[in-house]
Amino acid sequence: MIKVIIDGQEIEAEEGQTLLQVAQSAGIYIPTLCYHKALSPYGSCRLCVVEIEHNDRILYHTSCQFPVMENLIVKTNTERVIQGRKIIAELLLARCPDSEKIQEMAKELGVVETRFKKKDEDCILCGLCVRICQERMGVHTIDFINRGIKRDIQPPFGKYSDICRVCGACASVCPTGARVVELTELSQKEPRPIFSDFEEGLTQRTAIYTPFPQAVPKIPVIDRNNCSHFLLGECQICVEVCEAKAINHEQEDEIIELEVGSIVVATGFDNFDPTEKPEYGYKEFKNVITGLQFERLVNASGPTQGHLEINGKEPEKIVFIQCVGSRDKDGHEYCSRVCCMYTAKQAHMVRDKFPDAKITVYNTDVRAFGKGYEEFYNRVQDENVEYLRRELDDPIQVVGNEEGVIVKAEGHPDIHADLVVLATGLIPREDTKELSRLLNINLSEDGYYLEAHPKLRPIDTFTDGIFLAGCCQSPKDIPDTVAQASSAASRVSNILSQKELEIEATVAKVDESLCRGCGLCIESCPYTAIELISIDRTGNKVEVAYVNEALCKGCGTCAAACLNGAIHHLGYTDNQILAQIQALGDEEI
Amino acid sequence: MEDYEPNIIGFLCNWCSYAGADLAGTSRIKYPPNIKIIRVMCTGRVEPVFILESIKSGADGVLISGCHFGECHYKSGNYKANRRVKLIKKFLEQMGINPNRVKFEFVSASEGNKFASIVTEFVEELKELGPLTLNLIQ
Ligand code: SF4
Ligand code: SF4
Ligand code: FES
Ligand code: FES
Repeated sequence: MIKVIIDGQEIEAEEGQTLLQVAQSAGIYIPTLCYHKALSPYGSCRLCVVEIEHNDRILYHTSCQFPVMENLIVKTNTERVIQGRKIIAELLLARCPDSEKIQEMAKELGVVETRFKKKDEDCILCGLCVRICQERMGVHTIDFINRGIKRDIQPPFGKYSDICRVCGACASVCPTGARVVELTELSQKEPRPIFSDFEEGLTQRTAIYTPFPQAVPKIPVIDRNNCSHFLLGECQICVEVCEAKAINHEQEDEIIELEVGSIVVATGFDNFDPTEKPEYGYKEFKNVITGLQFERLVNASGPTQGHLEINGKEPEKIVFIQCVGSRDKDGHEYCSRVCCMYTAKQAHMVRDKFPDAKITVYNTDVRAFGKGYEEFYNRVQDENVEYLRRELDDPIQVVGNEEGVIVKAEGHPDIHADLVVLATGLIPREDTKELSRLLNINLSEDGYYLEAHPKLRPIDTFTDGIFLAGCCQSPKDIPDTVAQASSAASRVSNILSQKELEIEATVAKVDESLCRGCGLCIESCPYTAIELISIDRTGNKVEVAYVNEALCKGCGTCAAACLNGAIHHLGYTDNQILAQIQALGDEEI
Repeated sequence: MEDYEPNIIGFLCNWCSYAGADLAGTSRIKYPPNIKIIRVMCTGRVEPVFILESIKSGADGVLISGCHFGECHYKSGNYKANRRVKLIKKFLEQMGINPNRVKFEFVSASEGNKFASIVTEFVEELKELGPLTLNLIQ
């Protein structure tokens, strides 16, 4: 431990730390520009200069590079230090007068104008980009060239680099915000942006990210498929900057085994991908978006803070197209149930924001089935939203022109639009089948989980103790989902609150006098419900099969396997079934 | 032979095929009335004897239908049934009975349509084969 005095405060520091690190750990602010926690200090901007008194000598030195030692008295805010910083700020401002970030930094130090001759640079030669590429990405695509006033940053010979991975780390650390090193000048490779799933691909995100603002737990996750460390073994900048030291790249997926009395399947749905139907022009035209993207665009915490704009312009002519991917006899034949009403809501929101917009809704029937829905639909129509009906099978196509797109629907005049919102349907989740096998529950023909009875047991599955809630069973709106979920919860508490559980009487029973103890049934039982026990038979100890009724699920496989006819499948005994066979075999058609 | 109507005994598992047949009914899908259904909890319950007894009692065809592989309510009953049916077909062949009179099928609880078409086809096939005559030693 080394003791240093910074601004009169005695601080304990560790050998090898720099003055800047010690000051920051004690909450003392020193301005910096070319310093980055995860990179080696370079000392080029000189903003972090402090006054250091050591053995009665006073010196001015960059704190980001000065190692701590005994007997240091440091002052971060003397008149000279402040004046020095201001001059540096003026010099930087003269070099990059147009950089907003530099202007901001200068303003913080009380400098608004520079007395030096202004230049037209955007690089302050801090070398952050060079260092991050070399030290953290392990590539070293760029470096300084030349000296003095000709100093610059470039890839070798100023040519496209073969080793650059277009990761964008260099651009991300540039303190002037000017992105001096443009990726397009470094490499001919296409950068691969990572799109935010939560924002429906409308914005980009980083490889470490919080899934969405209300995520529980609200903890960032690392996207292994895009993280430089997992891809190339480098980087780990996040580990360096995390104060809590919470990031551990060695962490592996764990399998957690829980013993539970009941399971509620509430896995939700996927959204239909409209690129499967190219006629709608989704992805082809920027003006064509899905209903969910619309939701993000009008959301106050969304990428545009709730300003509905497309290509930087407020839309004036909006067309909604319903039933995209639903009620399709060659695909998803069912009605997705929510799209009619969310389209009505969205049309209402557009009207709210733009009283003069022309709003058209192409529908193939409006199904306003719920409480208050028809009334809402009528209200939206009264708000001057034009509802046009078209036949489901009639062709509809979105084509592009200079200003926007044209919606061509058979039987209707073409509509020029600057925004087209597709009411995409709901589809079963991609992993539905996998989970159905895991849980041993069934699927219905449309690919959703099957309820035990469509009318009388819409929450149960065929497997005892497993219940369904929400869109994993079929598309449904919020009130229906809440109702089904509450019902599933009460079903579960029903089971969990009981002291004893009733089980089916259909179990297997061994007739000990017929059993020869061969054990064939033991192998056939999928639930290991059978074991051999010894009994006394006319004075001899013999082994016979014994069925544990609590484990037996009553499939009857053992009864079919037993060659002695020693197992009775109660309710389906050999005699009962043979009698049925004989009766039916003789029957006249 | 015009008005020959084959008699089929069907063993359907409770969880998939029986529910599938039920669905065919509740959805009012038409299929020939030639099939008589015996419900078993699982196709794994179907003993070879049941198949032989059906034929002996006068059935022209036997349908065993259960869940798709991997979907058996009891995990593996249908695999066992599949093996048994394969063996019994060999046995029938040796006895001089056309093994196509026994059919093993998979119908899930949602496949009402499939159930109806399986029965329809089976009836057609059995009509081709004609009535089953057995020389039983009394
Ligand atoms: S298969 Fe039959 S005889 Fe063999 S142990 Fe099981 S019950 Fe007993
Ligand atoms: S009926 Fe099925 S679950 Fe029960 S003991 Fe027999 S094989 Fe096992
Ligand atoms: S931060 Fe220390 S010289 Fe730039
Ligand atoms: S439960 Fe249907 S085949 Fe086993």
